[in-house]
Amino acid sequence: MRNRILDTSTLDKELLKQLDAFIDSLEGDKQEHLIHVLHKAQDLFSYLPQNLQLYIARKLDLSGARVNGVVTFYSYFNEKPVGKYIISVCMGTACFVKGADKVLERVLELTGTSKNEMSSDGLFTVKDVRCIGACGLAPVMTVNDKVYGKVKPKDVDDIIRHYRSIQYESK
Amino acid sequence: MRVNNYNDLKEWKKVCPRKADYKINVLVCNGTSCLSSDSEMLAKILEKEMLNRDLNGEIRIVKTGCFGFCGQGPIIKIEPDDVTYVQVKVEDIAEIVESHLVNRIVVSRLLYKEPNQTNVVEQSSGMNFYKKQMRIALRNCGEIDPENIEDYIVNNGYFALAKVLQEYTPDEVIKIVKESGLRGRGGGGFNTGLKWELTRKVPGREKYIVCNADEGDPGAFMDRSILEGDPHSVLEAMMIAGYAIGASQGLIYIRAEYGVATNRLYRAIKDAKEAGLIGKNIFGTDFSFDINIKLGAGAFVCGEETALIRSMEGFRGEPNKKPPFPSVQGFRGKPTSVNNVETFANVPAIILNGSKWFSSIGTEKSKGTKVFALAGQIRNNGLVEVPMGTTFREIIYDIGGGHPQGKEIKAIQIGGPSGGVITKDFFDTKIDYESLLGMGAMMGSGGMIIMDEDNDMVKIAKFYLEFTQDESCGKCTPCRIGTKRMYEILENLVNMKGKPEDLDRLRILGENIKNTSLCGLGQTAPNPVLSTMKYFMEEYEAYAYRTKRTTYSIDPKLCIGCTKCARNCPVSCIEGKVKEPHYIDETKCIACGACYEACPVHAIIKP
Repeated sequence: MRNRILDTSTLDKELLKQLDAFIDSLEGDKQEHLIHVLHKAQDLFSYLPQNLQLYIARKLDLSGARVNGVVTFYSYFNEKPVGKYIISVCMGTACFVKGADKVLERVLELTGTSKNEMSSDGLFTVKDVRCIGACGLAPVMTVNDKVYGKVKPKDVDDIIRHYRSIQYESK
Repeated sequence: MRVNNYNDLKEWKKVCPRKADYKINVLVCNGTSCLSSDSEMLAKILEKEMLNRDLNGEIRIVKTGCFGFCGQGPIIKIEPDDVTYVQVKVEDIAEIVESHLVNRIVVSRLLYKEPNQTNVVEQSSGMNFYKKQMRIALRNCGEIDPENIEDYIVNNGYFALAKVLQEYTPDEVIKIVKESGLRGRGGGGFNTGLKWELTRKVPGREKYIVCNADEGDPGAFMDRSILEGDPHSVLEAMMIAGYAIGASQGLIYIRAEYGVATNRLYRAIKDAKEAGLIGKNIFGTDFSFDINIKLGAGAFVCGEETALIRSMEGFRGEPNKKPPFPSVQGFRGKPTSVNNVETFANVPAIILNGSKWFSSIGTEKSKGTKVFALAGQIRNNGLVEVPMGTTFREIIYDIGGGHPQGKEIKAIQIGGPSGGVITKDFFDTKIDYESLLGMGAMMGSGGMIIMDEDNDMVKIAKFYLEFTQDESCGKCTPCRIGTKRMYEILENLVNMKGKPEDLDRLRILGENIKNTSLCGLGQTAPNPVLSTMKYFMEEYEAYAYRTKRTTYSIDPKLCIGCTKCARNCPVSCIEGKVKEPHYIDETKCIACGACYEACPVHAIIKP
């Protein structure tokens, strides 16, 4: 990507300014803070499109390949757009032995999407995630920051309906 | 308050609010697990009630870290009465306030009921769950408000650091920790004092202390609970370690998924800095130390110390070969000691109570206590801390309360994707690092997943392999390709496409991966398969020889003919008359399990 022309026209200027300010505030070797910068960028933009990755690369004087290599290595970073609600179904052992696979199946069925893809209405992205450490509540799923414990496949219907309805009300 | 010397700390401790200053302390668990069931709301309502009733001078509401009794959350504990309420709901608060806090009458319906006992235990210390525990690493979890530095100081917080800086040379600190016998709680079990000594011996002025909080083992959450419940103890220990090895900079590498823990750490660092406990010339000595947080980004391999260091430097978290060990060449190429959260949490207690005290606990080669996370098919899910040498039986049955429905426990998976299974024949073994290795498992971080007869061991092994092959960083071939091939063999077996010779291939491949992988991830990845093959070969053979039943069936002796299963079956393959035993057409059954879930008398037999 080094020789590619950086096109930032699709990126929000205000958010870019905030990202710049964050990068400028970092002390010491800025390249060492790459992962920290990517976290901040994802917080701001919700995902990391390629031109944003290239923007960060130029800013930190790194190659685009190096930045893309890091983004794709870590599962926390999204290269594709994500829905308003990110549903994470825990696939840790404790949840697995308590039937998390059936919960995930039901979530995918109800949102009409596949793993790591955004649903067509832009509302949901469904992920299967590593153990979130709430094993006492297995099986566990989270919707953004809200944790749902001891979830049965039939509970999923209510949860999804809840988020659909608040969406409807806010419109 | 600003602490410029030892005396300042002592004076501060005298004026910190104590539990004894209040008539009643209401401890509300605010660990991740209880927070998910709205325990924050419970604390808010309690605080409001106290204000309304003008009781806030007598009664203090404390938002604490984890009590460990996660399966029964949200938990509220009333002190000094030593009463624990479980599964407390918003609507129960009024009764707790009116009955217990005002009239001092215990609300017995909210007490925990022990299995197979009709009477409830009123005193928390009398509960089986707590009776056999010994809390050192978790000493403050569930006792103090983790966001209040004064709560930590009143419990002798930062006194170990003060003692070290006043009384000991770095070599003496190392000697104490070495003699205590403390070993790394993150998995390997390397002597902590020795690790510090090795790092100290390497010449150079720039050295680093790293706290490994990248707790990735599925089923383990002790590090998260310590950071959420007692973050200052980890900071204090990192500084003691920094003094011992000659470092002035500490870094905490924490999973990005641990939001609550990260926020509490930031808060703790900020408070300690403001108090002068982190920073320049701590306690007026020439020792200076700074602590920063580095966020992970979701890669299991980063729990391996060389990969963790790469990740902290802003690279893909790929491990390096050892030697050189991080103690020689670590972060930024400088000598670095990487220790785990639970290991650190033990250090202040060792300094204050002495190495003899610590080494008197545990077995010959494994000293102190270990925190285990109990999950899976067990009644009391949660965190328990027991002396090394406690048996599996004591942990599962006495503390854990056994199977929730009283079924037989078939096996325990310990040590996560690096560990193995223990069968019931070994339940009386005393747990320590050596005994576990002898059984083909390992301590790992201490996650215990309890399994019953419904859990298919081949599928469990496949689950772990899917995890490790997905998390393999791809740097070395045996791990990258080997685990993938093992996974494919397992997938074929489970899908009834396997052959008997697959079993040999699986074992040989597993042993080769163990012997030739670059880092701990690959070297231990085959363990879940090899150990289940050792103890549950018949389950593998059932798949390999295709004698495994794949459909559900009904026990005619138990069936009461209620027709629930037939009505729930999505492919209508269950037939039978009302009040007569039903049967499943096994040629049509899709093994969805709907009948199993529906049956009120457990007459459905799982495949």
